[in-house]
Amino acid sequence: MTVAPISDTRTPGPSAAREPHIVRVAQHTVEIVSDSGEGAQKCGQIFGRVSAMMGNGTWTVEIIPAEIQPPPRTPPSASGNRVRLGTRRVTNWGDEADLVVAFNEQVLLHRHRLGALREGCTILIENWWERHEDEAIRAAWAEAMQELDGHQYRFIKVPMEEQCLTVVDTPRRGKNMFVLGMLAWIYNRDRDKTRELIAHEFRKKAREILDANVALLDLGWQWAAEHLDFRVEVPIEAPTEPQVVMNGNQALAIGAIAAGMDLCSMYPITPATSASHYLSEIFEKYGGVVHQAEDEIAAIGVAVGASYAGKVAFTITSGPGLALKTEFIGLAVMTEVPLVIVDVQRGGPSTGLPTKVEQSDLLAVLFGQPGDAPKVVLAPATMEECFHVMTTARRLAEAFRTPVVVLSDANLATGVQPFPRPTVTSDAMAGALDLGPLGEGFRAYEWDAQTGLSRRSIPGQPGGEHTATGLSHDEHSRVGYSPDVHERGCAMRSRKFAVLQQSLRPPAVCGPEAGDLLVVGWGSTLGAIEEAAERARDEGLSVSTLHLRFLSPLEPGLREIFARFRTVMTIEINYSDDPQDPYITDENRRRGQLAWLLRAQTLVDVDCWTRVPGEPLRPGQLLEVMRRVARKGGVS
Amino acid sequence: MIDLGCSLLGSAADTERGWEFQDYQGPVARWCAGCGDHAVLAAVQRLLEAEQLAPERTVFVSGIGCSSRFPHYLKTYGFHGLHGRALPVATGVKLRRPDLHVFAVMGDGDCCSIGAGHWVHAVRYNPDIVAIMLDNGVYGLTKNQTSPTSPKGLKSNTAPRGAWLDAMNPIATTLGVANASFVAQTGDWVPEHIAATLRAAFHHRGFAFVRILQRCPQYTDQLFASALRDPSRVELLLHPDGIRAPAVERMVPNHREHDPSDLVAAFRLAQPDERIRLGLFYRNEHVPVYEQVRAVPPHTAEQRARLVNEELDAYAL
Repeated sequence: MTVAPISDTRTPGPSAAREPHIVRVAQHTVEIVSDSGEGAQKCGQIFGRVSAMMGNGTWTVEIIPAEIQPPPRTPPSASGNRVRLGTRRVTNWGDEADLVVAFNEQVLLHRHRLGALREGCTILIENWWERHEDEAIRAAWAEAMQELDGHQYRFIKVPMEEQCLTVVDTPRRGKNMFVLGMLAWIYNRDRDKTRELIAHEFRKKAREILDANVALLDLGWQWAAEHLDFRVEVPIEAPTEPQVVMNGNQALAIGAIAAGMDLCSMYPITPATSASHYLSEIFEKYGGVVHQAEDEIAAIGVAVGASYAGKVAFTITSGPGLALKTEFIGLAVMTEVPLVIVDVQRGGPSTGLPTKVEQSDLLAVLFGQPGDAPKVVLAPATMEECFHVMTTARRLAEAFRTPVVVLSDANLATGVQPFPRPTVTSDAMAGALDLGPLGEGFRAYEWDAQTGLSRRSIPGQPGGEHTATGLSHDEHSRVGYSPDVHERGCAMRSRKFAVLQQSLRPPAVCGPEAGDLLVVGWGSTLGAIEEAAERARDEGLSVSTLHLRFLSPLEPGLREIFARFRTVMTIEINYSDDPQDPYITDENRRRGQLAWLLRAQTLVDVDCWTRVPGEPLRPGQLLEVMRRVARKGGVS
Repeated sequence: MIDLGCSLLGSAADTERGWEFQDYQGPVARWCAGCGDHAVLAAVQRLLEAEQLAPERTVFVSGIGCSSRFPHYLKTYGFHGLHGRALPVATGVKLRRPDLHVFAVMGDGDCCSIGAGHWVHAVRYNPDIVAIMLDNGVYGLTKNQTSPTSPKGLKSNTAPRGAWLDAMNPIATTLGVANASFVAQTGDWVPEHIAATLRAAFHHRGFAFVRILQRCPQYTDQLFASALRDPSRVELLLHPDGIRAPAVERMVPNHREHDPSDLVAAFRLAQPDERIRLGLFYRNEHVPVYEQVRAVPPHTAEQRARLVNEELDAYAL
């Protein structure tokens, strides 16, 4: 791509006579950023979706401000999407952007300051502000341009406001479609499909609104065709099997229905809530109910009640809500009530970073309850896994009479990626409620002495009457405080997870089975870690990866796998002390949460590299870490 | 008939079998001698027998505290959960299993203190459950701490010089919540009135809030002692649509005609004065019940699978 110096900020004149230069690349990352409320997200979503429909690999991630309507034309107001396109499957949001469309210079500054733009990046920017009647705005523009000076960005000024005014009176509500039209021309997107998606988006609005948006799309296309000197081609190798495209929260929601869930009991919290919004829209059609409780505690309490009564219930929350649910999770462990708890992790502690990604709830989930409270913890790594994990979680919860925590995160929740269309059959659903009588002598906890497993009775079943209790209890659910009752109860509630662990397969190693460096990850970092490792191997480095889906119980065979590598380290989005930091020694260093767990469980000296930037990790950044560690043999 | 979308194998209608008092009787209750909980337990067993409720289709949910041991002493299904959290669990049971008879049993600390948020919202959801609040004005199980309903001046381990604040008024509080549909008060020294109150509560369709005034023989044994010695301290709220307990009406000289559909009058009567009022303060049979409001037609797994596949079409590329 041609790179013009920053001084070249002319608005291009018509260039229809010239054939545009075609930039042919295997992958390309585009960002669309506007003030919150200007619709860059809608534009990005449709662009990502139409690209996926055409067969490109895509990964779409939201750029979200913390407020609904932060002051406009300020860096924190930046709202939009990053869409990474690829010829092949795209597994993460990539490194820096190759092309940016900015609705004003302030939101552009925000992305620049975060290091989101590649040197050489093409920037299409609304030029209205440069000549704005308000002197302060003109000054702000000039100041921003000064800050951006010295970087190899190619600026193309676009008269978005001026163009849109030819179609609508309030361009603030239409620029996004003009931009979509420009992008559609640049990347040669299918115009009919794009129009169809717009029609779907505005299906509930008046016809005139749809027509205006389509007109803006066409205008954007036409302007780009007449004025731009380049187009980008990301060749398509369309997958052969049918695909669906959605974000992780949508996948969790449909996955819950496919798993046969009856009840989602929740309290609003970011970034979990969009799953409940979606379920609120559709769940009743399937015989399910979303109950918005008065608080996080009641939300899980209602789910526990429904599950105790034999229905399949789940609750969905994020860090602060998880903290409030702690006591009820312990009760579900103690009473062995099956329950699925979804935690869409965000930055913490406390209110932390409500809209941003982190993987900091692992240890809280594992050890948050007072007393011994073992449970199953699963971490889906992709949108596709978000869909399937709900069936797995439901089955494990019932078979093992246990709470199952599903750890998703903000990156999965808002990221959009195509994946093979799941086949949904009635077999995946929970069976009908069996209210058949139980035989003489039924005990509420008929713990199998070997496995700790027991069948449960549900209200309505004659012969199964008992009082479930959070107090220490024997097989009949009779309260008992004697040492043997409590020892036995704890052992039985723990044993079943050893049984589960032994039924799991050792995790697959991606890359060589032995070598210099093994990187272990969990959750949404899968794509970035594997891409970085692949690039490291291309450079001749010996780097392998392993990604855990089961965090409790841990998948088997880890110690043997770790023994085959010179260095084992985790990469995670949570806090750990940097070995170089003041006062930090090998003895007092606080490590990443998975590293902590693996060290305790395997006695292997597992190292870690973790960050808490409030955004997904970038593969290029991980590649640097891998280079350093694979060569030197340690993070420090 | 509520269609559950599930097999009801073996679950014969409640009336097909004959249930006797002992069929509901669990192990010997371990409350102190003289505790009002015994009287309530007996009244509840009598209610279950009189209404012939199948033990397997009856669920008692409780919180934590002396009173919350209640389900353990019955031979129905029970769920003895967390301090303050009986109502969310009971709501969850009733929400998705409206075929079950659901009771929630709480103490004053449970309901009015740690679980106060759930109390307010359960009144508003109005699920068809009987909520019994055993109010002895003190924390007993944790050994004599002030509760929200402790009378001002009551000495306890946490207020050794006497409670600083006026007691909370659970009847007025419940009456003040949107969708309140049944609010009654009775006392542990008038068993016939307890029975009549529980019967009315059970037959009410909606959230039936019953406060039972009690003494704790250990820590508040003088609470309501004056009412016991002198029945003229009590005033019975009576109405053809109210709660009738003839023996108690003969014993208690003060009767007041109160129409339980009159919310404003109920509020006035709930204000504290020298009289202890027992009876039905308020009843409104027209408030929608939550499990009905949220009822959805059940689906078979096959129907669901078909619909999910249709939903996925919207995401198909």
